[in-house]
Amino acid sequence: MRRERTPHAVAWWIWAAGLALAALRTSNPLLLALLAAAIVVVCVARTPRDLQQSPLATFARVALIIILVRVVLQIVFGQRLPGHVLFTLPSVPMPSWAEGVSIGGPVSIEGLLSAITGGLRLAVVLLAFGAANALASPRAVLRSLPGLLHEVAVAITVALCFAPEVLASVRRIQQARLLRGRPTTGIAGMRGIAVPVLEDALDRSIQLAASMGARGFGRRPVSVSLARERTALATLILGSMILLVGGYGVLAGSSVVPGAAWLAGLGLAAVCLGVGLSGRRAARTRYRPAPVGLRSVACGASGWLSALLVVIAGVADASSITWSPWPLSWPQVTPLAFAAVVIALVPLLVAPGEARVAAARGTKIAVS
Amino acid sequence: MIRFAGTWFRYGSSWVVRDLDLEVADGELLVVVGPTGSGKTTLLKMIDGLVPHFSGGELRGDVIVAGHSIRDTPPTELAGTVGYVGQDPAASFVTDLVEEEIAYAMENLGIEPAVMRRRVEEALDLMSLHELRDRRLTTLSGGQRQRVAIAAVLAAAPRILVLDEPTSALDPGAAEEVLSSLTRLVHDVGMTVVLAEHRLERVLPFADRVVLLDGQGGMVAGEPGAVMADSALAPPLIELGRLAGWSPLPITVREARRRCGPLREALAELPTLAPEADGGDVVAKTDGLCASFGNLLALDGVDLAVRAGTITAIMGRNGSGKSTLLSCLAGIKEPSCGNASVGQTPPADLSAAERIRTVGFVPQEASLLLYAQRVDEECATADEEHGLAPGTTAASVTAIAGELAPDRHPRDLSEGQQLALALGIVLAPAPRLVLLDEPTRGLDYEAKRSLVAILEMLRAKGVAIVVATHDVELVAQVADHAVVLAQGEVIANGGAREVICHTPAFAPQVAKVLSPLAWLTVGEVAAALEGSPS
Repeated sequence: MRRERTPHAVAWWIWAAGLALAALRTSNPLLLALLAAAIVVVCVARTPRDLQQSPLATFARVALIIILVRVVLQIVFGQRLPGHVLFTLPSVPMPSWAEGVSIGGPVSIEGLLSAITGGLRLAVVLLAFGAANALASPRAVLRSLPGLLHEVAVAITVALCFAPEVLASVRRIQQARLLRGRPTTGIAGMRGIAVPVLEDALDRSIQLAASMGARGFGRRPVSVSLARERTALATLILGSMILLVGGYGVLAGSSVVPGAAWLAGLGLAAVCLGVGLSGRRAARTRYRPAPVGLRSVACGASGWLSALLVVIAGVADASSITWSPWPLSWPQVTPLAFAAVVIALVPLLVAPGEARVAAARGTKIAVS
Repeated sequence: MIRFAGTWFRYGSSWVVRDLDLEVADGELLVVVGPTGSGKTTLLKMIDGLVPHFSGGELRGDVIVAGHSIRDTPPTELAGTVGYVGQDPAASFVTDLVEEEIAYAMENLGIEPAVMRRRVEEALDLMSLHELRDRRLTTLSGGQRQRVAIAAVLAAAPRILVLDEPTSALDPGAAEEVLSSLTRLVHDVGMTVVLAEHRLERVLPFADRVVLLDGQGGMVAGEPGAVMADSALAPPLIELGRLAGWSPLPITVREARRRCGPLREALAELPTLAPEADGGDVVAKTDGLCASFGNLLALDGVDLAVRAGTITAIMGRNGSGKSTLLSCLAGIKEPSCGNASVGQTPPADLSAAERIRTVGFVPQEASLLLYAQRVDEECATADEEHGLAPGTTAASVTAIAGELAPDRHPRDLSEGQQLALALGIVLAPAPRLVLLDEPTRGLDYEAKRSLVAILEMLRAKGVAIVVATHDVELVAQVADHAVVLAQGEVIANGGAREVICHTPAFAPQVAKVLSPLAWLTVGEVAAALEGSPS
């Protein structure tokens, strides 16, 4: 058995999911900002260096755009919330049947702040997802999915490779159009590029399918009973659906879905049962599965512990995790909530830095 | 091991494979040769069952592969028996790391993890990939990708390995590397290998047997020397052998050198060859040209002058900056320092319309330049875009490609015809500088011969031509000047004869045989011998 040197890819995604959950449970902008900072620090310090472009940067950009869009929407179409008026836009009187919609009017500090906080929450969720992408490639996660989901995992993997290839193909075709002096922008340009890109993409998918087929993808051993496999799959799908509803209930507050926590638990159990039922399917084997040990457990657990601490902090003192700009006040972070942020940094301790990974592997890391 | 028994196959109305009877013995290295469209790829894909299971089409007769009939065995079931590596290895990659890619087939076959671990190591060693094991597939060079693709099918321990044009995208060094790995497989592991290749000069020395498809459904199989004796497709070495009247024909440079004593003596007395023409004015020039992609420096201080009425060949490893240099000259890539100029102006400053009239660039995939649904439509839009009188492009295309059926879809043309069509379109506005990137990729000897004729015609008209290529035989035939790039720097620049005769890796076969005499092509030798009294 190999020794565990870095947390398992799945552990990173579990960590990130925990932090996303923590962010969704709070509306305290200060706590949200601290969580975002923790995610960025861990991600920057522990991203493998051979990654050419960190996905975190892309996700951060999208997160920023989301905040901006929310602010702009609030200014232009937002509900006219009471508070300190910053400036007043000319407003358009709406007919009585469209009373809910307003355009323009007075813009208050409070309204803006609530828009920013709402955007910030989504932004932290996005950052967590970006960090997970940067720290462990989604393909490594998909490789670790149970055998039952193998076909689904491969489909997603192929889709993941597909996007960068389409981009490359767009660039090539754009260049070729330049060579013939054709427009590369505008509607005419788009049409001229879209058709060859689609042709290219189709060609590639057919080639890839042939290659996967020729390399034994989708072989079915005779020994596995079809009935059992179907039962496992049905259990898994049903379990995921229950988990989804329960999980939504937990996130949205228990009043929406009665017994949400129980539902989530039931769903999780069903998912595990489904995976267990199919687990003995021996059609495929796995090459060098990444070992799971203390580091992975600590890494994954820290994210969820952080979420748990946020929930506990909320139970202890609701005002520590919820914040509203009415009346205007500086958001407070209680020690318990602050502990949640500190716990989120645990991966810094359990995951070795790049230099130590390289030394342990005994290989040179290519730095471009 | 493999038996084609009265096999017929067709996609549409015409038969691609007609009544093929062929047996491949265990441990044999078989090379399939034939002009474009003669069914080489179809034949190879049949061995893996990809044809007909993935392609559709009608199969008559049968192919028996290691005891399985491909009629009722899909490729998935043959995965443990046959390894297939297609023309573009990158298109077949499923995972993103070298090691995982190599393990992929074994995972599907359900091989024990311990065995799998051992086989991955073996495959890494056999293809000399151990240093690349942790690399991302997208960061590999062409030769490395080809080797990973071969290792990936090898690891599953197939008994038959099928390769479609394994070296045509590779530089001479990388091709040598792949081919020597293959011979090792045949000799040490006893694997049966079937490969198709246009560049006969590269693979012929390694072949046990050659199958020559004539494109009309006919087929000859036999020892390389015997098959080559009356084949229309022949590498320069064979042509030299025919010229000198050697029998049996030599297959390797070594055999030819041992025989060519008298020929070399006869040639040594002949007058030395005239030096290359200097050409006219400088049409394009680069001064300390640098270009980079992100923080990767692709060109590092390149000085170059291209004169009217000359052909300059740019050679070098995969990834040495050849294509980037052409892009800079074509004005589609901004130099990061130094400058490139065509005439007096940097091409990047020209407007699109002016640029097209000044520089013609045919990229590696010539088909990218073609958009229309029909050949005549393509020519008409080109006239319109380039502001030419209607019919100009069509005339230019006809001069180069011959008569193309106007209602054909450009994608249905053969690679050679696509190249000629793209070249015809690019040449219609009569640019003074023509740039070709890897034009002989996928061309058979016939198509290559017509390309050479086109290039010579353009040179006679006073056009300056720059060709980036791995194909040393093309360079030997047409180039006046040769430039060798390594890591974005010029490491050799001079007359083509001098440059390619002095670098063993880039020397054409005739030069290797006749060295130290600096003869490059069979045509030259024939002309010299004809002119001499003996």
